[in-house]
Amino acid sequence: MRLELIQPFINATDAVLAEMLQAPAKVAQVAMDEAVYRRKGVAASVAIHGDIEGHVIFDLQTETALRVAGALAGKEVDPKEETARETVCELANMVVGNAVTLLNDQGHTFKVLPPELHTAEKGYAGGRQSEALVMCFDTPIGKVYLNIGLDYGRQGSTLAPEANA
Amino acid sequence: MQGFEHLVRKQDGQPIRYLVVDDSIFARKNLQRILAMFGGQVAGEAGDGRAAIEAYNRVHPDLVLMDVTMPDMEGIEAAEQIINHHAEARIVMVSSVGYQENVSESLRKGALFFVQKPPKPELLYEVIKRVLGDAAIVVAP
Repeated sequence: MRLELIQPFINATDAVLAEMLQAPAKVAQVAMDEAVYRRKGVAASVAIHGDIEGHVIFDLQTETALRVAGALAGKEVDPKEETARETVCELANMVVGNAVTLLNDQGHTFKVLPPELHTAEKGYAGGRQSEALVMCFDTPIGKVYLNIGLDYGRQGSTLAPEANA
Repeated sequence: MQGFEHLVRKQDGQPIRYLVVDDSIFARKNLQRILAMFGGQVAGEAGDGRAAIEAYNRVHPDLVLMDVTMPDMEGIEAAEQIINHHAEARIVMVSSVGYQENVSESLRKGALFFVQKPPKPELLYEVIKRVLGDAAIVVAP
């Protein structure tokens, strides 16, 4: 997978989580996803259009999402599924929005759509004209997963996968 | 947590009244928390551009914090409509998507500043102070 497309997502995740949690986020694992990614908890999906078509899934354990919400509120929040969903959707919006801003500043052209709750068990896997990546971030309040799926074959895509990636 | 001197209205010494517009409840709560640190008062909230226009007409806030990507009516269009009817409106866009096209269009339509999410309290404080200008004074909390 093209590193210049992925690095902004790593930087954006690190920056957003650091600001929201006032603590660093460390990349614990990066893997090309040959098999289908499985959702870990509460997840939001953000569609990307432009030089490449794709999706990014932002996935947290429910408890982790509630801890983020609690960290912001300065107190424990009601352990409602709705609160966790809201938190994950807005975090996904901020991470992907920041990443796309970085990509556009580098000369790419991408637009993002508003986040949608991702309730399916499966995520995105690589294929003949697509690539998928799973990243796991360690944070002081739990693990955060990112599943990035880029489809180079769709109409509108102007980039190709990196050779031997 | 960093302490901020409070911003109040110069005309009557009352807290600055904000309208917070974002389709995410999480984002609105986060902004509320930050504005409370500045001594502000959230006079109204809205979850889309159309509701923002109605809320503005109802509460006449000192300053609007407006998201860009929202359902029904997006923030840039709502900002333009508010300014068309209230030339004195002070609007700061707050969005995660801060690429040049969005920033330029926001400023062209009358927004006074663009802040990228997640909003850093110290940056937002300086932006608000600058946008309010002579309309606000700083007092000890």
